[in-house]
Amino acid sequence: MATYILKRFLQLIPVFLGATLLVYFLVFSLPGDPIAALFGDKPVNEAVAAKLRAQYNLDQPFIVQYLLYLKSIFTFDLGQDFSGRPIAAVLGEVFPVTARLAVMALIFEAVFGIAFGLIAGLRKGKFFDGTVLIASLIVIGIPIFVLGFILQFFIGVQLGWAKPTVSAAAPVQDLILPAIVLGLASFAYVLRLTRTSVIENMNADYVRTATAKGLSRFRVVNVHILRNSLIPVVTFLGADLGTLMGGAIVTEGIFNVPGVGNRLYRAVLSGEGPTVVSIVTVLVLIYCLSNLLVDLLYAWLDPRIRYDS
Amino acid sequence: MTPESNLTGQDTTRRHIEHFVADLDETPLQATDKVKEDSAPSSLWGEAWKNLRKQPLFIISAIMILAVVVVSLFPGLFSQIDPSNEACQLSNSDGGPASGHPLGFTQQGCDVYARVIFGTRSSVTVGLFTTIGVVLFGGIVGALAGYYGGWADALLARLTDIFFALPLILGAIVMMQLPVFRANRTVWTLVLILIVFGWPQIARITRGAVIEVRNADFVVAARSLGVSRFRSLLRHVLPNSLAPIIVVATISLGTFIVAESTLSFLGIGLPPSVMSWGNDIQAAQASLRSNPMPLLYPAIALSITVLSFIMLGDALRDALDPKARKR
Repeated sequence: MATYILKRFLQLIPVFLGATLLVYFLVFSLPGDPIAALFGDKPVNEAVAAKLRAQYNLDQPFIVQYLLYLKSIFTFDLGQDFSGRPIAAVLGEVFPVTARLAVMALIFEAVFGIAFGLIAGLRKGKFFDGTVLIASLIVIGIPIFVLGFILQFFIGVQLGWAKPTVSAAAPVQDLILPAIVLGLASFAYVLRLTRTSVIENMNADYVRTATAKGLSRFRVVNVHILRNSLIPVVTFLGADLGTLMGGAIVTEGIFNVPGVGNRLYRAVLSGEGPTVVSIVTVLVLIYCLSNLLVDLLYAWLDPRIRYDS
Repeated sequence: MTPESNLTGQDTTRRHIEHFVADLDETPLQATDKVKEDSAPSSLWGEAWKNLRKQPLFIISAIMILAVVVVSLFPGLFSQIDPSNEACQLSNSDGGPASGHPLGFTQQGCDVYARVIFGTRSSVTVGLFTTIGVVLFGGIVGALAGYYGGWADALLARLTDIFFALPLILGAIVMMQLPVFRANRTVWTLVLILIVFGWPQIARITRGAVIEVRNADFVVAARSLGVSRFRSLLRHVLPNSLAPIIVVATISLGTFIVAESTLSFLGIGLPPSVMSWGNDIQAAQASLRSNPMPLLYPAIALSITVLSFIMLGDALRDALDPKARKR
């Protein structure tokens, strides 16, 4: 297991370096001067521009810039955003909010997705199964910003069950509706994945053996079918944490959640290259780590994986 | 399994035997003779088509996609009203349904129905051409990696991982803010950017499918008959790995349509002068509480279109994967 962990970890390094290099290249090296863009319609003040270039190492050759940037990541000295605040402090403010939102969305999709998927799988071909399958298709088909608006309008505005926008501190009760919106599409995937997996396992030999031994239906379902069906679901959920964090831009925009996506979006619109790169880097890091976690979880849940490769 | 099902199990065996015996007695020799021995055996695609024709999911989604494509090609057939911003009458602002204007008006006084009809083309163009680009590029990368293996695979698979680490929308947002793309936001810039971040999924699927097929007996046979490596990849391996690629490509076509409208909705996709559902939803957002219709109808059109592609992909998966069907 130790060699497996090490191997997986080593494989992660080129991905992380490559992805950050890609983003850095996109933001700072394609045609078009990011510093000049900051001045907007006004004439470029050369002295200020030169100072900014030096501050972000943009006067250095590209590869030196990138290496200096990597150094700044690992020393948490990310420089300042364009309003003069340290970027590290900005990240420290917005990441907990999005992490809270993403974890809530994950809990929602896990609990409801697995429950509905299990019931649908056990009643394959029945009315409940058909209804749930069609409903999940529709949920997958409706884009998240449309879903967000519909739910915000009906639940937040018309019915008044939840606040349509989130307050500055983003407490848990304010985040319930945004978390459901964020997790809905994944909820449908978890449901379908659980259902397929349950149907596959229902006819497995060990399930027949368990029934033949005279175990209660409850025990067969919970211990034999469900536990084995959860292996692919757990891996999906692990990988989804990274996706949810990165995918929260739209949801956070609709509900005005003061999180990563909102900050990133504002940084993109105002052309704040350094802030964009820092946020995306952290998101890539989270994505890589959550994938590593999934790999380890997978190997732990299903020993066949470990010995295969 | 319960005791009853065990009983039924025995039952079917017995019935099966009876049936078998009876069948033997009445085997009509003419029927056997009627089978044309020189006719082509039914292929995976023939079987799939036979299967699809009977699936309501496939029929519904195919009809809907056909309708969407026809509307995007000939919007003038469905609405004679010019819904571009310049032609709209502000006096109609937020007006309800009127004669000749079944869905009412937007805040700018544009006819909602006409805007939904004329907005179709942006979505279909972006979805279709992004998918073509992604299948070509991702397919080539995945096929080379899977077929040749070794260092080529190691290199290409890492490259795929790197692009995979950046989610589609996130990457597209970062790229759209670059001055060079911000200055000319067209359908084609959007297609290019979505291809850049959309290809890894197809590459992974193709790689997996090619690895599964490359050691199949018929490929080995072709190679031992002297067919060159590259030719056997083109003629034998690729055609037999197409099924999963087509399924994933169909579903991602829907995803790319969503990506276009999401970016337009965020204000960094297509410019407001281009008619697109995303732009319409963005424009209608401000007056959502007083006049939700201009937001609702493009949203419905968008959802139905995306849903059709996802349903089509689902139906294709069922038809092309006989193993999954038996479950």
